[in-house]
This record gives sequence, C-alpha cells and structure tokens, in this order.
Amino acid sequence: MADATTDAVDALSAALEDRADATIEFDGLSLERDGDEYVLETPEIDPRRVDADDLPTALDAVAAYATNWRYWQESVGGEGTYRRAFLRWCERAPIAQDGAGAPTEDPLAVPERYAALRDGVDREWGQLSITARFVDVAEPDGERVYDLWHVDDAGTDLAELEVSDDPREAREIATYDEDGRYRPLKTAPTLPSGWAFTGLSGDELVEAVEFFYPATVANWHRELRGNLDVDHWRETAERQTGIYDILDELPREAVDWVAEACCVDSQCLRRREWEYEAGDDLEPPGGDGPFPCREPCSLVIAAARQWTVLESEDERTYELELTPSERNQLEELIEAVADGRTDEIREADVNDGANRYRARYLRAKRFDDDGALEIRERSASADSE
Amino acid sequence: MQALVVAAHGSHLNPDASDPTYAHADAVRETGAFDEVREAFWKEEPHFREVIRTLESDEVFVVPLFISEGYFTEQVIPRELRLDEWHPAKWDSDGTSASQVTLEATDVDKTVHYCGPVGTHDAMTDVIVQRAETVTEDPDVGEGFGLAVVGHGTERNENSAKAVEYHAERIRERDRFDEVKALFMDEEPEVDDVTDYFESDDIVVVPLFIADGYHTQEDIPEDMGLTEDYRLGWDVPADVDGHRIWYAGAVGTEGLMADVILERAADAGADLGDALEIVRANERAATGTDSSELESGTDTGAGAGAGAGD
Repeated sequence: MADATTDAVDALSAALEDRADATIEFDGLSLERDGDEYVLETPEIDPRRVDADDLPTALDAVAAYATNWRYWQESVGGEGTYRRAFLRWCERAPIAQDGAGAPTEDPLAVPERYAALRDGVDREWGQLSITARFVDVAEPDGERVYDLWHVDDAGTDLAELEVSDDPREAREIATYDEDGRYRPLKTAPTLPSGWAFTGLSGDELVEAVEFFYPATVANWHRELRGNLDVDHWRETAERQTGIYDILDELPREAVDWVAEACCVDSQCLRRREWEYEAGDDLEPPGGDGPFPCREPCSLVIAAARQWTVLESEDERTYELELTPSERNQLEELIEAVADGRTDEIREADVNDGANRYRARYLRAKRFDDDGALEIRERSASADSE
Repeated sequence: MQALVVAAHGSHLNPDASDPTYAHADAVRETGAFDEVREAFWKEEPHFREVIRTLESDEVFVVPLFISEGYFTEQVIPRELRLDEWHPAKWDSDGTSASQVTLEATDVDKTVHYCGPVGTHDAMTDVIVQRAETVTEDPDVGEGFGLAVVGHGTERNENSAKAVEYHAERIRERDRFDEVKALFMDEEPEVDDVTDYFESDDIVVVPLFIADGYHTQEDIPEDMGLTEDYRLGWDVPADVDGHRIWYAGAVGTEGLMADVILERAADAGADLGDALEIVRANERAATGTDSSELESGTDTGAGAGAGAGD
C-alpha cells in the first residue's frame, strides 16, 4: 500500500473516531463505523462489512476515494466557503449547493476526475486559464496543484512566459494592459499575456485569482447559492454623498446610456445583474460575462457623475458649416474613439474619417484661432427675438 | 480566525496611489498574525462594498489608511461596508482620538472592528520622526534641525488640520528638533512660506499624506520653491532662501506604517502574537541596508492624486 493511502486511511479512521454519527459520506465514498466493524461503499462496490484489521486493505482498493477525501477535507477544508467551491469547480467536481442549481455541467465522479487530473483539468475564468493537476502524476497521493496563465497563452511554451509562484505578482500583472496603460477596472478584457503561475496550492490559486478579479469568486458563489444581493441603480445612486450626491438626478433614459457605454462585454467581463430598479430593467442586455456584477462599480459611478452634470444642461440648437463628407467624418471620429479603434488606424489610411491627418485637416479648416469649431448658437438668438 | 482589511482611497487614474497600501498589507501578511489580509479601496478593487464577503474569518479588523477622521472614515467607509449600526458618535472622538467600535456587517455574518484612521494613531508620531531620519540618512537627526509636518488642511473638515497639529505637538514635546511646525496647503500657516516659520538652517518637511501623488510630488515641491517644475525633480536637501529643505515625500510610504496598522488592530483586540516585533525588525533591516527610498525626493513619477471629497 502506498504511503499516501496509508496516511489517508489513518486520517479517515481518526475522523471517524471524532464523529458522533461515526459516518463519512463524501464524493461517493461512504464509510460507517459499527463497533469493531466498518461498512464501506462506493459507486463501484456494494456496501460491505469490513473488520477493523482489514480496513486498510479494503480502503486501498478504493484508494482514490480515500486520498480524494483527504485532499478536500484536510488540505482544502473550508466547507461552505467560496474558496472550496471554486477549487471544486476547477476540477469539475460536484459542488454542494445548499439547494441551488448546478454550476458544473457534467460533473466528474472520483475515478473520472482522477484520470483527468493526471493530464490536468482546464478551466477558464474570464481571461484566465486554470489547470488543476496532481502533484505526483505517476503515483497520485490526492494532492493537487494549480497552474494559471492567460487564455491567449494556452499554446505558448512555458519557457517563453514569465513564470512565478507568488500570487502577489498577479497584482503587478493586472495593473497595466499590453500597451502599458493603467487598468483601473480589473475586469476589463485587457489583461496582458506572457506570464504563468505554476504549482500553486489551492489557497494560492484563489489568492491569485482574487488579485486578478477581486471579489468575483465570492459573488459567483453567492449567485450559485441563489443569494447574490443586487443593488440596482437607484439604491446605489441614492446612497451616494459628497460630490456623488447628485447621481440620483441622472434621468432614467441616461442610465440606459451609461450601461450601454460601460457595462457591455467589450468593456467588462462582468455580467450586469443590476437594473434601474427592481421591475424596471435597463434597455441594454447585461452581457455574457462570467462574473455577476451586483451593483454599479466605482468607475461607473465616477463617469455617471460627469453625465449627471452634462444631462442637467438644456439642449440648444447650433448651426455650423460642414460638407457632407465632413459630417460623415464627425461620426467616424466618434465611433473610432468610442470603440477604442484610433490606434489601429493606419497613418496613411486617409479613407478612414478618423485618420489622424484627416482629423488635423478638419481642425485646420473648421476651427477658429481659439481652437473651437466655428458654430453659431441658433436657439439662443431665437429666444431673444 | 481573524482578518485584517486595509481600507484605502486608491485611484482610477494613478496606478501608484495604491502602492503603499499593498506594501504595508504585505508587511502585515508576512508576520502571519492574520489568517487573511485584504486591501480594499474606494476607487479600486476590491471595493469597500465587496471586501468583507471575500473573507472567511468571523472577526474582521478594518483599518482605514487615511490621515484624519472625516468624510471617508465617518461616512463613506462605514456606509460602503454596510455597518448599519454605525454612527460617528460611537467613536466618541475629539477629532484625533478614535480608537475602534465593534459592529456587524449586514450583508455577511461577521463581526467588524472598525478602527480609527492610521493618521491619528500615536504611533504615527514615530513614523513622522522615522521619515525625518530616513530622508536625512541620520538616525539622530534633530539638533540644529526644524521639522515641518505638512497637511492638506481644508475649511470643510477641521479634523484634517487637527491630526497634523496633534503630531506636531507630540514631537515638539520630545524636545528633539529645535523647532516643530504644523503647516498646510490650503490654510494658514502655509507651506509655501516654509522658510518664514523657521530659524534653523536645516528644515525637514514631512507631508502627512498616505500616498505620493499630485500634492506631494507636484504641488508642494513647487509651492515651497524646491523646483520650478516638478518634472525636473529637486534636490534633497534643496537650498531655499538660505535654508536647506529636506523634503521627505508622503509619510504614508514609510515602511514603519505597517506598525501603525498593527497597532490600530491591536487596540481593537486583534491577537498579534509577535507581529509588531517582526515588522519592526524587518523595517530596521530594510532601512539599514537599503537607502533607495532616499531617492524618492527626486522621483518625478506623479499622477493625479486623490481629490478631496472625491
């Protein structure tokens, strides 16, 4: 019998001693103490009575169940925590749900998981790729480790990546995008690639994931259990004070525009669960992001403050001279900035209205000496007549 | 199990704003005193709103990495943490004496010990002095030196100035520096005229700010006349009106700040074991062997700092 199995058997026996009901039920393993005898059952074997002396041999025959139990109960622990649920999700294990739906389609039973963990079980969490695998593939003792890298690096050789085993380095990686710009929104789909964490413990994996995508695991777990607490726009806006006190004055329809501007898949991996208020859904769909978003984030709040000020102004009518092509160009400029496309426009692509030279030409022609568009305000003069 | 949450402002614009928060949280992590240590922010993630639910511990110690009692510590943080029973009167503070109050966070089943800000803790006085030692590279700095503790100051919050004056007075009582003054950016006496307030040739200027940013790396150096343009940097010391100004940058970046965070948690009942000794030993080792921090005065890397009331 392998040492790992011996250890697991010892741990199982000790655990049974401590339990009032003298029963362990876990991931298909059932072991019950009845005086000097044990009743052992797994999905592969019918219940059988085993003498105390024969228990190690009997358990050795179902060693995977024994070492699996030890990993989850002793190495991971934390029953009911999001940490444990997440690690179980990582290897497609069934997750006890407190009555909620199944997070893992086709959960794997222990023998299938043990087969899969030899090769590694791959999962995606936003732009993260996670592999759960055995520490010792040749002779698995149940202990798992986890590798973590960018989904874009799935086919990249490890030697070409910056490899780390310190979860805290995730903070540095998540701070800047590929172009070196600050990422104030951690769930923006702009995580840079080129790095890998290898051989992380379960705790370290969760720590790293939390640095990449803070609080996503905790809220995912709440959603699984059906107790995600959503704060809709109105509650969030009305709670604000200081310079954000004005937020509840943002018109209803403008909140749709806020969501369309900020809370779509192209801008954020979170799936918006908040609406204007309960029973009053916003027009834009919440998106297909993997993580539930339970209330407007601080970026949305800060941006919405600007829009609240903007929306408090009255509309006026302006008059300006533009050729039809110039009018089209204005639209193309706004589209290019809104879609973050300006960097992609080739320097000599003067067919594109947002081309830099085209924009500079428009400015040279239509801006006055103060750097402003030559515009007449029509409604103001109309009012005075 | 017990957890520590370091609650800071953070920034949407400046990635460096959270550096001190991470550094001090890491220093506490390394002591192993807490089962969990988490950074939380107003402008970054995890947000105050979500942080408590990411903890497994039942006992949570929240230490605001803020300088003074005021809008953030009395309104924003407790509200965002969903400490429904909170009221500023529970701190029973005169503006600098908040210690802690024990409350329940309503979205999670946890006990939260909500501590006073680091900036008003008595241990902060030592950090200011340490900052003066660091910037002068003199562990005995004091004789022949004036010390200016600089605060933002604002008419909207009198506690902002109180914290600065409190520490200035405590350092003055130690009779270590020839002169100690509290100076401000936005109220009298102003830091712009720093040399008017000192007779000493050498003046150490320590801004009581958490992070280096717009104020400490742009405004104050230019206002004091250390440099024409912050982007050009400045000397430490720099000659201004016949005085030598030893400009220290934000006190919140001093390694010893982790000590103040621990002291706050300990005052609220956290079991620290030998964490304080570990942090102090690590800090001594760091300052004894690594003088790179002394170059911070010429570090022109800056960005928009946290705006008041923002």
